[in-house]
Amino acid sequence: MANIIINGKGYQVEDGITILEACNRLGIDIPTLCHDERLEPYAACRLCVVEIKGKGKLETSCSTKVRDGMEIETHSERVIRARKEILDLLFSNHPNDCLTCEKSGECKLQDYCYEYGIVEGTYIGEKKNYPLDESNPFYTFDPNKCILCGKCVRVCSELQGTNAIGLKDRGFDTKVSTPFDMGLATSKCVSCGNCVAVCPVGALMPKKRERYRAWEVRRVKTTCSYCGVGCQMYLLVKGDKVVGVEPAKSRPNNGLLCVKGRFGYNFINHPDRLKTPLIKRNGKFEEATWEEAYDLIVSKINEIKGKYGPDAFAGLTSARCTNEENYLFQKMFRALIGTNNVDHCARL
Amino acid sequence: MTNSIEEVEYNDAIFVIGSNTTENHPVIGTFMKRALRRGAKLIVADPRRIELADYADVFLQIKPGTNIALLNGMMHVIIEEELYDKEYVAKNTENFEDLKLVVKDYTPEVAAEICGVDKEDIIKAARIYAKAERAGIYYAMGITQHTTGTHAVMSISNLSLLCGNIGKEAAGVNPLRGQNNVQGACDMGGLPTDYPGYQKVFKPEVQEKFERAWNAKLSNKVGLTIPEIMNEAEEGKIKFIYIMGENPMVSDPDINHVRKALTNLDFLVVQDIFLTETAELADVVLPAASFAEKEGTFTNTERRVQRVRKAIEPVGNSKPDWKILMELMDRLGHDRVYTHPSEIMDEIRTVTPSYAGISYERLEGEGIQWPCPDVNHPGTKYLHKEKVARGKGLLMAVDHRDSAELPDKDYPFIFTTGRILYHYHTRTMTGRVEGLNKLAPTSFVEINESTANKLNISNGEKVRLVSRRGSVETYAKVTDIVDEDVLFMPFHYAESAANYLTNTKIDKTAKIPELKVAAVRIEKLGR
Repeated sequence: MANIIINGKGYQVEDGITILEACNRLGIDIPTLCHDERLEPYAACRLCVVEIKGKGKLETSCSTKVRDGMEIETHSERVIRARKEILDLLFSNHPNDCLTCEKSGECKLQDYCYEYGIVEGTYIGEKKNYPLDESNPFYTFDPNKCILCGKCVRVCSELQGTNAIGLKDRGFDTKVSTPFDMGLATSKCVSCGNCVAVCPVGALMPKKRERYRAWEVRRVKTTCSYCGVGCQMYLLVKGDKVVGVEPAKSRPNNGLLCVKGRFGYNFINHPDRLKTPLIKRNGKFEEATWEEAYDLIVSKINEIKGKYGPDAFAGLTSARCTNEENYLFQKMFRALIGTNNVDHCARL
Repeated sequence: MTNSIEEVEYNDAIFVIGSNTTENHPVIGTFMKRALRRGAKLIVADPRRIELADYADVFLQIKPGTNIALLNGMMHVIIEEELYDKEYVAKNTENFEDLKLVVKDYTPEVAAEICGVDKEDIIKAARIYAKAERAGIYYAMGITQHTTGTHAVMSISNLSLLCGNIGKEAAGVNPLRGQNNVQGACDMGGLPTDYPGYQKVFKPEVQEKFERAWNAKLSNKVGLTIPEIMNEAEEGKIKFIYIMGENPMVSDPDINHVRKALTNLDFLVVQDIFLTETAELADVVLPAASFAEKEGTFTNTERRVQRVRKAIEPVGNSKPDWKILMELMDRLGHDRVYTHPSEIMDEIRTVTPSYAGISYERLEGEGIQWPCPDVNHPGTKYLHKEKVARGKGLLMAVDHRDSAELPDKDYPFIFTTGRILYHYHTRTMTGRVEGLNKLAPTSFVEINESTANKLNISNGEKVRLVSRRGSVETYAKVTDIVDEDVLFMPFHYAESAANYLTNTKIDKTAKIPELKVAAVRIEKLGR
């Protein structure tokens, strides 16, 4: 354990962790745009700088480990001045369009500018002016809003392992890019959207079918309904519609999803959904009430059971339904109809 | 899976056989790639040059249906070179001498000949697997959907036991389950031989237990599996089928046969969220709520029971499946009413030992991995920890056997099927997502460049595939992913469904159809 002093108060923290980690655990808020605890420290945005007694310059807390006896100031005047300067520089080269930006309300740059009182960028000069990459069916990349934190690039390589994007050129011309800058559609991109999930600003944004503001949606944590990995995710709900999906940072997926889990949700509110029971009469489906449907099924069960016995029945339960539903289904066949002819598509 | 998804990243060697992980279990695929970044070795065995093959230390492009020969060949090398875990084998396994005897014949030369690979690669794969401290095997339907599926799984178990890779972290035998809740559907007794928790229907003490719990007289006669149900329906012995959330008119082998079976019934009930190809044949269709509209639990491939939470009200007049079943059961004389799925779970845990400690309250965090025998048990990260569940691991010596249908003069190609990244199973859901259709709009058949050249078939050209059971038209995708005598087709697309061609021959034990090997011919249509 290391004994350290933060903002004049003494703490005991685990050895070998970074100052940022220590502060996070102690509930001391430090701003950062490029940090993600799942990725290697990167120290690109410089916003997490702190003052360490005995050090001449400010240090990035995300890449500096605690040492016994360290005295740290996280919100000194010097630190605040430095953060304001960084935010000013970033915002001076950023479209000032928060009113219409889709990210508004969950944009880290917006939040920090608000917190540190940056009303406008004071540096006057050339601004980035790139075309948008709209080639991916599920998300748009706007390089003009990109603050070059590199999270998308690092998630794509370190976590997703796809390496579809990288940083090209240097200095003012640095840009997140695909090979030969030909756009996401021609790259190795697999549309997982894990880059979109970590973008702190409005540079990588899902293409929305329904317009919504961050504060208008409810987030409901649930389990993905596609493959057997069982990724945890949030359904974003506006009114009676699911309008988006975001990954949850918990087991087993720890903040990652694939293209189906992340973007394959439009079936939920699709107009083709069955909305009422149907009974086939003379070869044609007719809408029916639940009572009519239940009555018909029960009368057929009784009739066929009377004529042929319970083993003339078979049920296909479902690998797509819940445990509780599967339990009831087999119980119905075994206890109420009287046969073990119950199976599902485990083999298919 | 004997082990957990989070452990994949810490394997020293990963052996992927019969699983296209990056497309079919994409997030597990990312864990594998992260393991490689940490220095893990990778062995891939698959008839197709899948993405993982690009990162593999050894890639074995085996002929479809030759898994057992490959595994036996690897074990031959491991035993011959004395690379196996002698202490583990002596202490924890039975039947080693039998295994030794059988795999003796599978020299690298013999195995290489059967599998159509280089014998040096078999030797290399064997050494990598055996020398790794912690090696995990990952497999899916490429292992199981064969008439020898059960034997291939036994073979995987043999290899794992031989090298002591069972009962420890970041190793194990790891089948990757395909559907969100296929694990749970099995756990809950959605099988003709099993009550919930794999308790056998033919055991008198089990029957008695459930008769008491459910207050009903129960049958001890083992039920029918889906392939048997379809056969008996076609023969007129099964009169009534109730299908909940499945689409056999696309997913099952020999669709012409499935159609005959389902149209030969007195009554068919289909409960689903869309009017599927199967629902169209029904007498009554019941509209179900989707996963976003109901409460419940799914159990994932690592045995983790996790919550499903209601985000919106059921659309239209649809109802959650549990509610439909409960209301129907009520009319059939069921003596219980549930106000919430948590109450069904409370009943499940009283009859299912591996779920005994699971309640909705306890699932709030990150779920629980079964077995979880009591309310204080934290769940089980990996299985067979102290010792193998049955006491000692039984080595089951098995021989390679040819697939049921081999290519011949009339049907000269080996036809194999699978899934792709952008669609899911029968496309009921993904087929209604615009962006996914844009990325993967139509069905296709992968055909090797030189085969295409010989047959004068160009990329994107429409072709006809014909097997003994049916024919479909699809588009040629000329590629070097498959060998010259192999054709691969995704089975997702109802309009040219691969399963018109597939074989209904099943594995005798598991009753799984041989969807991975059929004999077909390909015809140029000239348009």
